[in-house]
Amino acid sequence: MSNRAEMTRRDILKSGAAVATLTLAPGVTLMAFGGSDAKAAAADAGKRWGLLIDANKCDSNCSDCVTACKTENGWGNDGGAHSTPETESAWIRKVTLKDKNTGREVSAPVMCQHCESPPCVDVCPTGASMQRVDGIVLVDKHICIGCRYCMMACPFKARSFVHSDVPEQSVNAPRGKGVVESCTLCVHRVDKGRIPACVEACENAGHSAILFGDLKDPESPISKALKQYPSIALRADLELDPGVRYQNL
Amino acid sequence: MERTIYRTIKATPGIWGMAALLAAFIAAAGLSVLLIEEEGHIITGMNNQIVWGLPHVFAIFLIVAASGVLNVASISSVFNKKAYKPMARFSALLAMTVLLGGLAVLVLDLGRPDRLIIAMTKYNFTSIFAWNMLLYNGFFAIVGFYLTVQMTKGLSHKVHKAAGVAAFTWRLILTTGTGSIFGWLVARPGYDAAIMAPLFIAMSFAFGLALFIVVTLTLFKLDGRIFGDKLMERMGSLLGVFAAAVLYFTIVQHLTAMYAQEHAGIERFILRDGGIYTTLFWLVQVVLGGVVPMALVFLRPSRQSTILASILVIIGGLAQLYVIVVGGQAYPLEIFPGYEVLEGFNEGMVNAYSPSIYELALGLGGVALALLAAGVGAKILRVLPTNLSDANYPD
Amino acid sequence: MRLILAILVLMGLSLPIHADNHDIWPEVPKATGEPHPEGNEYWRKNHMVLLRHDRDLTLREGEREDIQASLQTCFDCHAVKDDAGVAVPFEDERNFCRVCHDFVAVKPDCFTCHRATPSDNVQNRMMATPDEPNSIAAYLERLKALEATEAEANQ
Repeated sequence: MSNRAEMTRRDILKSGAAVATLTLAPGVTLMAFGGSDAKAAAADAGKRWGLLIDANKCDSNCSDCVTACKTENGWGNDGGAHSTPETESAWIRKVTLKDKNTGREVSAPVMCQHCESPPCVDVCPTGASMQRVDGIVLVDKHICIGCRYCMMACPFKARSFVHSDVPEQSVNAPRGKGVVESCTLCVHRVDKGRIPACVEACENAGHSAILFGDLKDPESPISKALKQYPSIALRADLELDPGVRYQNL
Repeated sequence: MERTIYRTIKATPGIWGMAALLAAFIAAAGLSVLLIEEEGHIITGMNNQIVWGLPHVFAIFLIVAASGVLNVASISSVFNKKAYKPMARFSALLAMTVLLGGLAVLVLDLGRPDRLIIAMTKYNFTSIFAWNMLLYNGFFAIVGFYLTVQMTKGLSHKVHKAAGVAAFTWRLILTTGTGSIFGWLVARPGYDAAIMAPLFIAMSFAFGLALFIVVTLTLFKLDGRIFGDKLMERMGSLLGVFAAAVLYFTIVQHLTAMYAQEHAGIERFILRDGGIYTTLFWLVQVVLGGVVPMALVFLRPSRQSTILASILVIIGGLAQLYVIVVGGQAYPLEIFPGYEVLEGFNEGMVNAYSPSIYELALGLGGVALALLAAGVGAKILRVLPTNLSDANYPD
Repeated sequence: MRLILAILVLMGLSLPIHADNHDIWPEVPKATGEPHPEGNEYWRKNHMVLLRHDRDLTLREGEREDIQASLQTCFDCHAVKDDAGVAVPFEDERNFCRVCHDFVAVKPDCFTCHRATPSDNVQNRMMATPDEPNSIAAYLERLKALEATEAEANQ
């Protein structure tokens, strides 16, 4: 250090370098031990995961998709003695419908529609309800405060609030009392290169009513099916552009 | 009009008794919260179909009323009505405590109230709920400043006016935000309507004035002060105008919705087939909470009319919010238009709701907190005037 | 002056505690497997920062392969077993995380939602290989085959 009152260029460079090192060092250490975001993340913005459900192939007496989802993610049996069907979570449910005009009966599963413009994401005060770059809509349960506003906002009744302590969580889906949850499109499987549990179960049951794939890939089976056969989105009037579409509904 | 002398209330046995009663309600609410935290929301009547219930009815009532309570001060600061000037200090204080009570209920009903810090620091700005949190905090700051200005000697009229206008503007934005929490929900036919915001503004005027009259009168009675008949009648006729405004927006809301075939279902539900909701709408909200108070204050203006009208407006307001909040959720989501649901749990059918004692206790505890805090404020700060008698009524 | 002196003396008396505080520390259950290369001190101080950083990468960006941040990997070495050989859950005070956290009286929020014990279900720990029937690759192959047979049938 010189005796002059003002800093020399050398002083500035020295202290600047020190400050820069001190600022960057923790980050570099963290990244070395904690994983680097410089590498490509597993959620790929070039993909959009979706489902195409063929209601004709869906059997109204079968609920294997629901059972498989329950087993995979550990919901459906939280409350014990106190629980009622109204308070139990329901990530996916089967509905059987009858057309009021024609009398035609049809059956299909309903789950989170993984909309492109999800109302639940818009209304969440903390940003816990979020959409990944590959289209999967999730709840970040670390910052969910359990206000249930997203449940008010969802047109499909897709979200559930956990009303009591969860005794034994599935390793695939951390879930606990006081936060909101919904179908994750089995993101823990998809990120490891597997198909969702409901898709697998439906295929194993011999129906193959749920088709899974990448909506952004024009060569994928789901895109080709959507191009070839007519399909609808539930509540199409809301223009939410869901990733889940229905055929023959 | 003579210079106003503000005095703190005396600690009479009556005041202590009231405080003890309110504290008991607060304790009951505290116990409810502990139990809900321990066991989970499963002990309440709320479930995955009716996610917001009785606590939210009370909370939103208090939050909407808080904004309207401030109006009494605004009438003097912003609209320069001399008769309201003595009441301005208590109006600001009561507005803050009523908002506090409402927010307490809202926060304590959260699934994870321990994460309040996250709610106060992480904001998703596309959410009107997040904006509301900022508006509520701002309300405390601005009204606190306003009260300070009112209680500080020697400040120029310009400062008073600026504080009053700022508070008035802020409360209008806040109540618009509260109404928009419902108005901006596209999913449910009972909500998704631009009129929600102005409806809530009108509700805030009516509920706030009614609550202010009831609370101030009670404190005056307990402390042996005189609240003149002329002022009572004047506030009564103002309350009548506000109740008329609420009825107006309600009529417009339902007439517009009835015109659209897609909303025919929800309108039939609320106006005719909804059971408890229909009863609450017509009997309590419209008649008891709207028509009767108007008849009382316009056809037979008197002190008694004003008091009765205020109580009825409050009851009608709670019913209105019950119909809006719970009724809007009871009506099923129309996910499959044109289809009848044969099988599917709770699909396409009216959702039942029976509130538990815990929810009632929590809601009432919020009211009690608001009132107790107002009473403590009136005991510590010189906010309650001593000259609201007829002799002092300005001509 | 005497007050300042008194305060300094009291502060000085606390020095022995800082010198070697391991006498009052709890008995931290021994881990199996290789120790962390950064050392215990680093992990005691920074594990929450790392967990929070990794959880955002996993949840929001779907990074599951490269950072291996699942809590299950912690339990590979840090599962405390009871006499029957079963890993103890968070409600049991012998749980690894409980031991230190009870000592410092800080309640971790993690186990409201996360399991605190190892799970038998290990299917999703590794990336799926194309020979596994429920992998996306195998699924797409089956769909392609189906498409081909349908095309043939239509001809």
